[in-house]
Amino acid sequence: MLQYIIKRLLLLPFLLFIFSVIAFALIQAPPGDFVTSYIAELAAGGSAVEQAQIDALREQYGLDQPMTVQYVKWITRILQGDLGVSLDWKKPNAELIGERLALTLLLGLFTFIFTWAVAIPIGIYSATHQYSALDYFFTIFNYFGIATPTFMTALVVMWLAFKYFGVSVTGLFSPEYIDAPWSWAKFMDLLSHIWFPMVILGLDGTARLARVMRANLLDELKKPYMEMARAKGMSEWRLVMKYPVRLALNPLISTIGWYLPLLFSGSVIVATVLNLPTIGPLLLRALITQDMFLAGIIILIYCGLAIIGTLISDILLAWIDPRIRMEES
Amino acid sequence: MTTQPSAKSIPPLTERDDDQHAVGGGLSGFDASAEAIYVAPNWKLVWWRFRKHRLAVFSGVVTLIIVTIALVPGFFSTQPPEQIDSLRTFIPPQRIHFFGPDGFGPYVYDITGQRNPTTLMMEWVPDESKPIPLGFFVRGYDYEILGLIPTNIHLIGVSDPAIISPVHFLGTDRLGRDQWSRLMYGTQVSLSIGLVAVILSIFLGVLLGGISGYFGGWIDMIIQRLIELLQSLPPIPIWMALTAAMPRDWTVEQVYFAITIILSLIGWTTMGREVRGRFLALREEDFVTAAELIGCSKPRIIFRHMVPTFMSHIIAASTLAIPVMIINETFLSFLGLGLRPPAISWGVLLQEAQNLQSVATAPWLLLPGLAVVITVLALNILGDGLRDAADPYS
Amino acid sequence: MSNPTPLLSVRNLKTYFDLDEGQVKAVDGVSFDVQPGQVVGIVGESGCGKSVTIKSVLRIIQPPGRLVEGEILFNPDNGGGQGPIDLAKFDPNSKQMRAIRGKDIALIPQEPMAAFSPVHTIGNQIMEAILLHQPVTKKEARQITIERLREVGVPSPQDRIDAYSWELSGGLRQRAMIAMALACNPKLLIADEPTTAIDVTTQAQILNLLRNLQQQHNTAIIFITHDLGVIAQIADYVVVMYLGRVMETGPVDDIFHAPQHPYTRALLESIPTIQSAPREPLPTIAGSIPHPFNRPPGCPFFPRCPDFIPDTCNAQTPTLQPINQRQSASCFLYHDEAEEN
Ligand SMILES: Nc1ncnc2c1ncn2[C@@H]1O[C@H](COP(=O)(O)OP(=O)(O)O)[C@@H](O)[C@H]1O
Ligand SMILES: [Mg+2]
Repeated sequence: MLQYIIKRLLLLPFLLFIFSVIAFALIQAPPGDFVTSYIAELAAGGSAVEQAQIDALREQYGLDQPMTVQYVKWITRILQGDLGVSLDWKKPNAELIGERLALTLLLGLFTFIFTWAVAIPIGIYSATHQYSALDYFFTIFNYFGIATPTFMTALVVMWLAFKYFGVSVTGLFSPEYIDAPWSWAKFMDLLSHIWFPMVILGLDGTARLARVMRANLLDELKKPYMEMARAKGMSEWRLVMKYPVRLALNPLISTIGWYLPLLFSGSVIVATVLNLPTIGPLLLRALITQDMFLAGIIILIYCGLAIIGTLISDILLAWIDPRIRMEES
Repeated sequence: MTTQPSAKSIPPLTERDDDQHAVGGGLSGFDASAEAIYVAPNWKLVWWRFRKHRLAVFSGVVTLIIVTIALVPGFFSTQPPEQIDSLRTFIPPQRIHFFGPDGFGPYVYDITGQRNPTTLMMEWVPDESKPIPLGFFVRGYDYEILGLIPTNIHLIGVSDPAIISPVHFLGTDRLGRDQWSRLMYGTQVSLSIGLVAVILSIFLGVLLGGISGYFGGWIDMIIQRLIELLQSLPPIPIWMALTAAMPRDWTVEQVYFAITIILSLIGWTTMGREVRGRFLALREEDFVTAAELIGCSKPRIIFRHMVPTFMSHIIAASTLAIPVMIINETFLSFLGLGLRPPAISWGVLLQEAQNLQSVATAPWLLLPGLAVVITVLALNILGDGLRDAADPYS
Repeated sequence: MSNPTPLLSVRNLKTYFDLDEGQVKAVDGVSFDVQPGQVVGIVGESGCGKSVTIKSVLRIIQPPGRLVEGEILFNPDNGGGQGPIDLAKFDPNSKQMRAIRGKDIALIPQEPMAAFSPVHTIGNQIMEAILLHQPVTKKEARQITIERLREVGVPSPQDRIDAYSWELSGGLRQRAMIAMALACNPKLLIADEPTTAIDVTTQAQILNLLRNLQQQHNTAIIFITHDLGVIAQIADYVVVMYLGRVMETGPVDDIFHAPQHPYTRALLESIPTIQSAPREPLPTIAGSIPHPFNRPPGCPFFPRCPDFIPDTCNAQTPTLQPINQRQSASCFLYHDEAEEN
């Protein structure tokens, strides 16, 4: 087990390296370099740019050097903790990202817990009451949940809330707390707002998860060990919870690997519509304004979160399923 | 009772007239030779099973209708999708009435607008004194069927050529463009993007997955690591970055194909895994061993013997992949990173409804979202039905 | 020789499955008795309803299957006390039924490979059977489990108790399964093709083991198989089934030396064929199970029967009747009792 985790951990730097190359390639992809767009922006704003200043910028980022050198410079600075400055916001990237990252993680975790807490019982109920009225209801709900893009749900609910209750459900804080320093009251205010994006963001995942859980459990319910457990005289409820549910959960654990990162990054759209102070809208704006260093760091963060998600699911799976534990060590 | 029956002479247990799978049987080794297994072509079996799934069949019909719209959006439109009318902005959807005073005959009421003195917004009310009769197969603006046949016949429209005021079944947007017609054209773009992206994914997936699964060894190893790597990337930020990197001056067509390529760059991995899994399972099957033993060439084994057996799975899997692509295109365009005006796709249409303010003014701008939901729903149910029919045991 | 109060007496048991395609009469009027300490072999081809019969007895038939009618008279305290109880009257999940399942009647299932959960240790699963029915602590249950494992011949049981089923060989797994079934000293042990999936040598060991355990504890056993050779080794009394019905019953010697029903004879004829067949579980068997959808009218065996009597066998259904001192058969060759309707 320990060996297995260590093996996974050793793979981490390698993955991070590849992902950083990908992130770097992505920010290099747009035509021209960011200084060009910076100049264009300044020029559009009416201020002249001194050649000396341009050269200094180019030098600082090594833009006149080959790609590999640029990459090395870029990654070394990041590794040293220097995330650079946003040319668009004229603020250090670290400052821009800091709190937003925490809120992104918090929203992702809340949504994740919500998804599992709702989907697993639905899946269990549907599978153990196959073809019942509620099973049909959940099946329909699941189909709609999967078919509706999250931003659509967000838009529709936002509109309904505004039209019928006159409330605006955007943001994560009440106006008086937006710029306030952190306090218990602000945290409680956050909790009173976060449930809404959490539900919207989680609907799609809930629908998918419930569907998978139902299908897995239906498969497991047909397995011979069920018969054996029944023949032992176990009560139906206890045996369903002990054997098939446990086994049906195993494949779901491996979905954490992609679902968690998806939640962190998938909130981009909902966050844009609902105007949430997470890193998603920051990335969108950075990409549109070609603030490539900020964009690159956010993409790198997303990649890092993806790796962590996979790691967590691998470890959980090995912990919960003895067969995998055996195989890997 | 002296003659004891010989086991060999015992006829099959039951002969069923049902042609799906006849049954023979006996104790293991009792009378295996008498097993009469009727072999129907695979696609036929799939079709028989699929037919039983009513909802899936219904979804298939809905899908066919949507595909028809995508093929000839002009036929279903009432106005050129680009036509701007600054005097007719934000008109709410006009209700179609089916029964007038003189029996069946669909019509809508004309609308009149008044500017609200306080909000300065136009407010539109139906004018019940002026019904506009609608007709089917009426003449309207000129368009081309599939870009080939010029015509001006439309499925539905104002039947009286003397009436000039246009009708808007789904209202108009901030530029006074007819949303119904735009939705029809958007269907063409959104659906075809999904389709093209999936075809690309299938191509890559079948090719690489097939190579991986059939040859195994280090080739398999490399392709598997590549798939794992691509799948562990967070797709949404990567798509966003890639689409944002498209040069601003690209034409609509260039952007269109770039998006399909970007979407299938990660999309092929699922298909690749699926195909590889099938290949691995099939490699062990007797008929493949048999084909190898009689000296069939590898490509022949792959394309004559293996691919046909999982064709139905591929079709089912791609039916399920198209809606994913559609949603992805929609959200990219919605964020302003995908297709850009003057291209029309569902995502581009929904961009008009991006914030609370516009939704509050003109809620009907959300209607293209309904098109997304219906299409995705139909394709998902259809795909599930196909998959169950293709693979009844899993 | 016939005990007045059998341990188990199944009377006219019918279990049907209602499928979309139609109704499967998997078990259609089965009757047989099991005396205390007796080994009853049920033999018949795959799909003839053996497993469904014993699952009905245990009341673990799941929808779409249902017990349509019949009596399952169980008499655990052998005449004394309250007399036989009809299991068919219980709710399948009721407390009374669950108290009998696993305690008085235990099952060794058809697929021992898959009958253990792969993510729980075998010890966990055996202890569970003990804890469900006996007022013991976890520690004691563990002790009993180790004891049982030793009894069925699992080497170093104190270590194996913490093994997962997939870490054990087929033979050991089967032994663990037997240990689990015997955990609560059942009165009746039902073994559903327990040796089908294992190789011949192990099979012989397992049969020996069951024989010995049966003699030590005087447990009655219902032993299900499609292999007449196995029946000959272990059973005292034989029930021959075909398409959900009992064709013939009788003591093992009579069945083997003087088979009466044409079907039993056909089966005996085919023994050499059976032994030349490969021993592995055949996944393809599922495809050739005769579906009792279009069960022939009259005697189910008539289309294959060499002694077919036209206008009788295909028109009426024979019932199981005694045909001599020891045997009963369901065949118009011996009597003309037909099922009414
Ligand atoms: N869960 C089920 N659903 C539908 N039919 C079933 C089910 N279980 C058993 N049957 C049917 O009942 C018949 C008898 O099966 P079974 O008792 O398992 O045969 P065997 O004698 O090989 O143990 C078979 O024809 C099978 O088709
Ligand atoms: Mg069986």
